[in-house]
Amino acid sequence: MTPSNEAIHQLIDQEYQHGFVTDIESDTFPPGLNEDVVRAISAKKNEPAFMTEWRLKAYRHWLTMKEPHWAHVHYPKIDYQASSYYSAPKLSDRPKSLDEVDPELLKTYAKLGIPLKEQEMLAGVIAVDAVFDSVSVATTFKEKLHSVGIIFCAFSEAVQKYPELIQQYLGTVVPYTDNFYASLNSAVFSDGSFCYIPKGVRCPMELSTYFRINSAMTGQFERTLIIADEGSYVSYLEGCTAPRRDEHQLHAAVVELIALKNAHIKYSTVQNWYPGDKEGKGGIYNFVTKRGDCREDNSKISWTQVETGSAITWKYPSVLLRGNNSIGEFYSVALTNNYQQADTGTKMIHIGKNTKSTIVSKGISAGHGQNSYRGLVKILKSAENARNYTRCDTLLLGSQCGGHTFPYMEVKNATAKVEHEATTSKIGETQLFYCQQRGLSEEDAVSMIVNGFCKQVFRELPMEFAVEAQKLLGISLEGAIG
Amino acid sequence: MLEIKNLCVSVEQKEILRGINLVIKPGEVHAIMGPNGSGKSTLANILAGRAGYEITHGEILFDGKDLLTLLPEERSHAGLFLGFQYPVEIPGVSNIYFLKAALNAQRKARNLPEVDAMDFLTMVKDKMKLLEMDEDMIYRSLNEGFSGGEKKRNEILQMLVLNPSLALLDETDSGLDIDALRIIALGINGLRNKDHSILLITHYQRLLNYIKPDKVHVLSAGKIVISGGQELAFKLEEKGYGWVEE
Repeated sequence: MTPSNEAIHQLIDQEYQHGFVTDIESDTFPPGLNEDVVRAISAKKNEPAFMTEWRLKAYRHWLTMKEPHWAHVHYPKIDYQASSYYSAPKLSDRPKSLDEVDPELLKTYAKLGIPLKEQEMLAGVIAVDAVFDSVSVATTFKEKLHSVGIIFCAFSEAVQKYPELIQQYLGTVVPYTDNFYASLNSAVFSDGSFCYIPKGVRCPMELSTYFRINSAMTGQFERTLIIADEGSYVSYLEGCTAPRRDEHQLHAAVVELIALKNAHIKYSTVQNWYPGDKEGKGGIYNFVTKRGDCREDNSKISWTQVETGSAITWKYPSVLLRGNNSIGEFYSVALTNNYQQADTGTKMIHIGKNTKSTIVSKGISAGHGQNSYRGLVKILKSAENARNYTRCDTLLLGSQCGGHTFPYMEVKNATAKVEHEATTSKIGETQLFYCQQRGLSEEDAVSMIVNGFCKQVFRELPMEFAVEAQKLLGISLEGAIG
Repeated sequence: MLEIKNLCVSVEQKEILRGINLVIKPGEVHAIMGPNGSGKSTLANILAGRAGYEITHGEILFDGKDLLTLLPEERSHAGLFLGFQYPVEIPGVSNIYFLKAALNAQRKARNLPEVDAMDFLTMVKDKMKLLEMDEDMIYRSLNEGFSGGEKKRNEILQMLVLNPSLALLDETDSGLDIDALRIIALGINGLRNKDHSILLITHYQRLLNYIKPDKVHVLSAGKIVISGGQELAFKLEEKGYGWVEE
């Protein structure tokens, strides 16, 4: 009845803009999963024996595990035999240069606003690795990065070229036994991004991976591994979209970050997988394991995420604070609209002395969306003088959505200082009226209020992406009032 | 400028305004006084287009246009400003950003280009000086953590920047100390000229010592029971509202 509701609905109802399908020939395995499929994936990738073995161990372990159901999300049972575990654009070999990439693929990325042609890149400040279905199709600026010793390439390429690095670091942050989805990923992952920043190098540009699911009935399982050697710095951005499809698709990725002494990794995600339609039909199940390891002293890992897509998000980018004086940060905006569900948060595990962590979580719920923050702050006995600050804010638009907060704290050292603040608020009719009285349309008013609510997180994003994130939020909320 | 004809308004079946007639000409300053619950704020809200009221009868013309058919933002674009009794807080949105967005929304509605950022900042800072406002207030979140007096000053700042042809000021004087009252009055008088009209809603005569009204109306139980010049306000101060109700 009130105009405020109307504006919120309009804003929330804006449609998903990346829902197109690219018509491209692909090499797809028939649905189903068994040891032969795992071996076949490994063979497709021409992997060394240690990788095949690792995958098989993961697969066998996965068989012993049960799907977890503790998250505050609800969905019908997933039939893991109904998905295909490998789909790749048909290219006889990995293209050696961008000129060899299928023009259809380049068009797809251009449509998404991700130009892969290097000369078109944002004045050379971002290098992109594009992953289409499960295969990395193009990596830009490789040469330039190589000249300072940075390795940035497809995961499968890294397995071929730098097997010693893979063997040394793979699974050391998220072991194949870690959890149901991580084990599944370890068995069947097809590609992803790999990045190594050598000692003392400050990566001169943003590195970015852009994930796109295209094929129907395929699960997407990528793996990202980033190693920042002593004293290095890297800022990494991940973006994701998928076509609009009626069936749900599973996305179970694993991201491992390793920061050695004095190294700093900044990892930003703008996740915009297809969220399903207004009735909750279709959409991606995004069950992702992301973890960073501040392995040595004075290292720092920051996660910043803007989660607007997916039917279900189940994701807790975490930091193991092992080195003394290491720092972990988590900044998150999660928006759920229509029938989207998000259970997201972080784990900060304080092990080293004087370790610090900061958690800022902003949850926005609209429509029938359900948004949960779930966080664990664990201070081990060894963590003298550990500090944590947590702030969780929830903003509700409309009266049929929900916001939930599940903070867990385990403190085993008396010198620890742990702070937790939480608020829940609603965009009020008064706030909207005030903005309208000053001349703003209802839609602009909602967008302004929501962006203000998220400001603390947006300012952590690299500039170009902060702008992108604001726009995305506007789109995801379009029609939310009404 | 503004013409209210026999306006009747209900909220949840309860009649709040019962036949208001009021004409404000360009350049005039009117004051509406009255006891709590007489319908003063309802009148201001109706004029600005707030939802939740049922207009059972009457019409309002603003510059000849039927005001009641316009959205709140359209009324704003047409030059109507409401200074809120309780200004709203918007965390994370800076004061200056909000002000600029508001001004540009108005300019856009009038087919004017967006304001130049530097010119805008200079203009805002000038007006802040007049209102004796601290400069860093423009970078703070809108009204968040502002004191009562700061919020009211900020309302007047917005008014001066948006430069409306009709300003409705709903108890802008309440909760202010003597100095703040004087400064606010200075700001309001700054808007006053032959084209701009002002409707002051207040409980007290003291604001009218600083802003001389052309007309004073007393609202009681949803009706204007008496109108007059400033002498009416003095009389009220002396005798109380009980006097007009008798």
